[in-house]
Amino acid sequence: MLDLRLYMAQRLTALIMVPLTFGHIAVMIYAIEGGLSAAEILSRTKGSLAWALFYGTFVVAVSIHGAIGLRVIMFETFDLKGRPLSIFSWAVFLSLLYLGARAVYAVTTT
Amino acid sequence: MSAAGEKTKLKNINVSVWRGDSAGGTFQNYAVPAQESQTILDVVAWIQQNQDPTLSYRYACRVGMCGSCAMMVNGQPRWTCRTHVQKVIKKNKLVIAPLRNLPVIKDLATNMDEFFDKWVRAEGVFHPTRTRDDEIEKINPETSKRARANAAIECINCAVCYASCDVVSSNKDYLGPAALNRAWSLVNDVRDGALDQRLDAVSKSGGCHNCHSQHGCVKFCPNELNPTAAIAGLKLETAKTMFRRRR
Amino acid sequence: MNRHRTHTLWIAFILHRFSGVALVLFLPLHFYLLSMVLTDPETVDQLLHWTKHPLVKVAEFGLVFLLSVHIFGGLRLMALEFLPWASWQKTMAAFSVAVSFLISCTFYLSAV
Repeated sequence: MLDLRLYMAQRLTALIMVPLTFGHIAVMIYAIEGGLSAAEILSRTKGSLAWALFYGTFVVAVSIHGAIGLRVIMFETFDLKGRPLSIFSWAVFLSLLYLGARAVYAVTTT
Repeated sequence: MSAAGEKTKLKNINVSVWRGDSAGGTFQNYAVPAQESQTILDVVAWIQQNQDPTLSYRYACRVGMCGSCAMMVNGQPRWTCRTHVQKVIKKNKLVIAPLRNLPVIKDLATNMDEFFDKWVRAEGVFHPTRTRDDEIEKINPETSKRARANAAIECINCAVCYASCDVVSSNKDYLGPAALNRAWSLVNDVRDGALDQRLDAVSKSGGCHNCHSQHGCVKFCPNELNPTAAIAGLKLETAKTMFRRRR
Repeated sequence: MNRHRTHTLWIAFILHRFSGVALVLFLPLHFYLLSMVLTDPETVDQLLHWTKHPLVKVAEFGLVFLLSVHIFGGLRLMALEFLPWASWQKTMAAFSVAVSFLISCTFYLSAV
């Protein structure tokens, strides 16, 4: 079910996300103080290429990582296999990628 | 009262034994006289000799070397010949069932074909690099490679790890801890000549990358081997080949 | 629970799996809300107003805990596979829960 290729994709995306997640947790702890608002989020991220790259990379990595993770669970727990399993994995990957890209675009575009 | 006094006062153990075949079955209850230093295999043998001669089970050496007597005891896989009743009994009750994750033949005897077939599929076979005409290769036991091969080599093929593994139960193709542990032993054997073939064999869809490191195999292995670490070793070696082949 | 599963590292496995599923189910909501910052900022502010509710703060604490425990659990697994640190697995599993609790408490305290 998991071959070397998928395994490596899972581990590499995990490694990429380690520093990104620590950064994200730090930003969250910092940002939540005094409450959140749309304007406050935008003032931090709008027009910033750095934030776009940071969260853009995050979205790509998490889409791959989440899709492979759910693929394993669908196979092991719900007995989904073969073509339906591949379709499911790709659908999760593409939906996460689409929604994530839209979110990054919304908060970083000027 | 002393512990020894209490033991002699115990008369019978309540034993539930799974009876049936591949079509299905149920648990049947037996009262077995308790004895000093009694093993689970003693209990099963006593039932077969004194209460029901049709009870089927498998054993050979009775000293923990042959790996044929493993069963589920109170829900956990055990080598029954070396498992003392006192160690595992709960409220004077024992539940004895055939090994998990393997098809039942009859009663406590399972069909271990798939378990052994997977050893072969994992390239658990030695591929010699020398013939009988060559000089015997000198192996230095001090090298770290030989130490790793030695650590994995004490497996007695009892399938306790196979029964403890949730990945085995959810993935029919998964080679399992014992076969992968064997493959790891041979990967570290400098006399073997099939490294690439073996790393390929353990990288297929039922291969080492499916292990979730739940450590059930490590917890229950009666010889205290560490198949999870062996599988982690295979994961790293196969990952390295991916970069090697790219170049 | 089946008795062959009652050990620390099996529980660490199920925690990793549970946190992974929870996070991947939360992500679409998270993304959707963020993308509304551009199209519908009023609704976003209305929804963000809910984050002042104590129950939502507890839920956020839970999310940060799950994120953190998934990361540290993953680092433990990769330490086993790539370093390979096979021997301290139980200690590392306990450590990842403890650190995650610390991080999510820090988050919670700055949220309230």
